[in-house]
Parts: sequence; C-alpha cells; structure tokens
Amino acid sequence: MSTGATSPAAPSAWRDPVALLAAPAVLYLLVVYALPLLWLLAKSLAGPDGLTLRPYVDFMSDPFNWRVIGNTLGAASWVTLFCLVVGYPAGFALARAGTFMQIVMLVSIILPLSIGVVVKAFAWQIVLRRDGVVSQFLVGVGIWDEPQRLLFTETGLVLGAANIFLPFMILPIYSVVKLIDPRLGEAGATLGATPFYRFTRIFLPLTLPGVVSGVAFVFSMSVSMYVIPSLLIGDRFQTLATLTGRSFLMMRNEQLGSTTAVILLVLAVSIVVGSTWLARRLGGST
Amino acid sequence: MTATERIAQAGVWLAAGFTVVFLMTPLVVTVAVSFGSSGVFTLPPPDWSLRWYEKLGSARGLWSSLATSLQVAAVATAIALVLGTLCAIALVRGRFPGRDAIATFLVSPLMLPGLVIGIAVLQGFKAAGLREAFVSLMIAHVIITLPYVVRTVLGSLTLFDFSLIDAARTLGCSYPMALVRVLVPALGPAFLTSGMFAFLASMDNYPISIFFTDAWTKTLPIQMLQYVEETPDPTIAAISTGLVLLAILVLVIGDRLVGLRKLADF
Repeated sequence: MSTGATSPAAPSAWRDPVALLAAPAVLYLLVVYALPLLWLLAKSLAGPDGLTLRPYVDFMSDPFNWRVIGNTLGAASWVTLFCLVVGYPAGFALARAGTFMQIVMLVSIILPLSIGVVVKAFAWQIVLRRDGVVSQFLVGVGIWDEPQRLLFTETGLVLGAANIFLPFMILPIYSVVKLIDPRLGEAGATLGATPFYRFTRIFLPLTLPGVVSGVAFVFSMSVSMYVIPSLLIGDRFQTLATLTGRSFLMMRNEQLGSTTAVILLVLAVSIVVGSTWLARRLGGST
Repeated sequence: MTATERIAQAGVWLAAGFTVVFLMTPLVVTVAVSFGSSGVFTLPPPDWSLRWYEKLGSARGLWSSLATSLQVAAVATAIALVLGTLCAIALVRGRFPGRDAIATFLVSPLMLPGLVIGIAVLQGFKAAGLREAFVSLMIAHVIITLPYVVRTVLGSLTLFDFSLIDAARTLGCSYPMALVRVLVPALGPAFLTSGMFAFLASMDNYPISIFFTDAWTKTLPIQMLQYVEETPDPTIAAISTGLVLLAILVLVIGDRLVGLRKLADF
C-alpha cells in the first residue's frame, strides 16, 4: 500500500485530513454493527467461571447438528454452482450483447428485485406445486412420466434460492467482462491459439476476480438465507440460519440460538476474508 | 468460425435466454395471480378479475406497513448516501493505512447473515435503552444500505479524474462550487444505482427487521408473511404488482437520466 509516496507534499500517514471523511461511516458501523457482533461473540464464550467452549462442544457432539451444518453448506454449494454455471455465460452475454438484448437482460435482473424475497418465494411455491408450471412443462416434454411436487424438496429450495441470488453472480462477472478488450481474443487467434486455449489462457484469468466476488456473494448469501428455506422446504430441513431463527423467534432458546449464530457468523466472516484475500491475489478490485 | 466457437456461442445465448425466463418467472407468476379470480392461485387463472385489488382497500395492515417500509428505506438510503460518499472519497483520495480493510469492513454487512446482525444489534439497542421501533429500524437499516453506496461510489470514484476539480477552480469556481458542478454530476449515475439497490434492499429486508418490529410498527415483508399465513389469498400479489409498476417507473426515469446500462454497475 502506498503511504504518500506518490506526491512529495503528501502528509504523513495518520495526519491525512482526508481520512476524517471516512470517520462518520466507520464510527457508525463500529458502534451499531461491529461492537454488538463482537459482544455476541464474547458472550457466547463466557461461561460461569471464565472462558469456555462448552456450548460449542455440546453442539458438535450432537449428530443432528452435523446434519444441520451439512444441510447449510450443501444447499449453499448447490445454489452457488447453479448460479455460476448459468451466471458465467450470462455475464458474458450481458457484456457483449446488442442494445436490445442488453436492455431485456438488465430489466429481467433489476425489475424482479422490486417484488422482494417473501413474494418471490411465495411465487415459487406456486410454480413448484404438483400442478405447477415446472411439473407441467417436464411432463409435457416427456422428461417426467407423471406430475411431481418439487415444493418442499431440496431441488425446489436450490431453484428458488438460485433465482433470487443469480443477479449477484451475473453483475460482478459482467463488470469484469465489459472491461476486457475483445481484440485480445482476436490477437490470440492470429497467433494460432485454439478457442479452448484462448478461453483458459486469456478470458478465464481476466474474469477470475469477478467470479471470486460473485461466488463469495452467492455462497455467503445462501449460507445465511432464512426466509427462502422457511417457505420452500419447511421445518424438515434445518440450516444454521433457520435453527438460529427458530431458537430466537419461536423456541426462545437464546443459548442454542447464540451458538448457531456465532458458528454462522464465523463461517460468513471467513468467506468475506478469504474471498477478499483471493481477489487481491488475483489483482482484481471488485 | 470453428465448431468449438459455435458451440460456445450457442451456450452463451442459451444461458442468456434461460436467465431472462428464469428471472422473470416469479414476477410473471405474481402479476398473473393478482389478476386471476382463483383464490388458490390456479395457473393459468380460470378467469380474470380485479377482486384482489378491491380487497386491497380493506387490508389496512398492508398499507400502514408499506408506509413504514417506504419511510425507513428512504431515510436509511439518504443517510447511507451521505456517509458512504464521504467515506468513499476518503478511501480514494486519502493516503492512510488500512484503506482496503476499511472498504471490506463497510461492504461486509452485505455478506454476513442478517439474522445474526439483527440479534446482535437488538441486544446492543437493549443495552443502550433504545426501545422505539421506528428509530431502531432506521438505525439498523443503514447497516444494510451503506454497503451498496460504498461499493458503487468507490468503483465510480476510482475512475474519476480529480484534476478536473483543480481545472474548475483554475477557471474561477470556488472549491464547494467545483464539487457541486464537477464531482456531483460525475457521481450521479453511481448515486442513482446505489440508491436504487440500497432502497430495494431495505424495502425487502426481513431477517434484520423482524427483531425491531412491534404490534404497531411492521415493515412490508413482515406484514406480508404474516398476512399469507393468516389469509392465504392473492392480495399480496396485488400489492406486489403495484410495486412492480413503481419499479418500472423508476427504471424508465433512471434510463432517461443516466441510461439503463449504468444501472448495472452494482
């Protein structure tokens, strides 16, 4: 990091008056957001006599809770994979499309944001029913022999969640693809590179920062999702977030709730830190 | 064009087409259900009707929660635009250590579980003796809106040439005037984009808001979920269709002001 070496008159590190402009936002988040989170963490480690890991040891010794963690990570991985497989080419298409297609894609990304997660999940309930559109379509084209219910299944959950998080995969990828000079590919072709070689050696490395950022967004959001699993799969399938929500909002079991909340927090923070580190190594600034 | 390239290109357009259909599905379903006569969401609807829109008139809870959500989102977005822009300027122009860490910190609420943030903030407010639901909601929602502003304005400022401000001053502008005439228009698209995303994120937030609502102050998503559980009928689809119309209006205005493409620089 440069510390004033760029201009000879630059003030020394800590006396830069411009830094004061950052103070209100940073102080706000420190007081309202960071301190309460640290307090939550500290409280969960405080036992009757000093520091304790007891709640976590208890939590981990119950095989049911391993299933909960498995559910959380499994669902998030499937959602992320789905979003990446669809979102990567879609990000390319959005950056390279003609004006009309670009507008159609942008509208389909931005407009559904206005109906919100609750109503979207509700719409997916209708779509995924036994007599819903997906079932009718799959029977119609002959993939399924008879109508099936996707609602309250893991496939339904992954579809619904991917639908809500897909824009957060497409937009970061779009923002790196649009900066790539298309002539790079042509240059590669002139020099005799095959399409596959051009993709893996030119486009893939240049788009990696966008991919890292998109994957980090989608994965962390799907690990934390609460409304979507409650509406699309129900109590049968517990994740860390739904268990935290139930403990605090329904069972009033704050002990269990704090434990799962902290595990979820640690998981999410490691995704943030890990992805930032990876993005910086790849030289991206998204 | 070789065969590989043709397959790759077909794949890209297939993904694009699928994306459009996939993303629009819940919206189309919502609008269709809201104009259908069926109370159990039969699709395609047996008959068209406006009965759910008529029912909206008597759904008092939905209107007051819509008002609460709009107010909270407007205030939280406005505060975030001011704090976030000042901070982004410091991060781009400043020469102090830890700027990358500060940027990550400010964007982090976007990626941390809302439920956990809600629990922590609720306990913080309890400790501070803050019990007023509306004020709590506003203070908590700035945590959600700030990341969008910081992220987008920061991206836009890194591309801004600050010597333009010096140029404006050389040409006779005072410093505040130069900021208003040069910096603000250059950041306009970023303000609009981040403001839109932040506003929608606040309107849509469930996991944080759930901890700060009481019997009188509810935000729209919370009221809607409660409504669906009590009386599962397409009334919420009708109010959502209204919100979609509002969003179309915002998109058209946004397109006129800065162009739709700029709105994607999230």
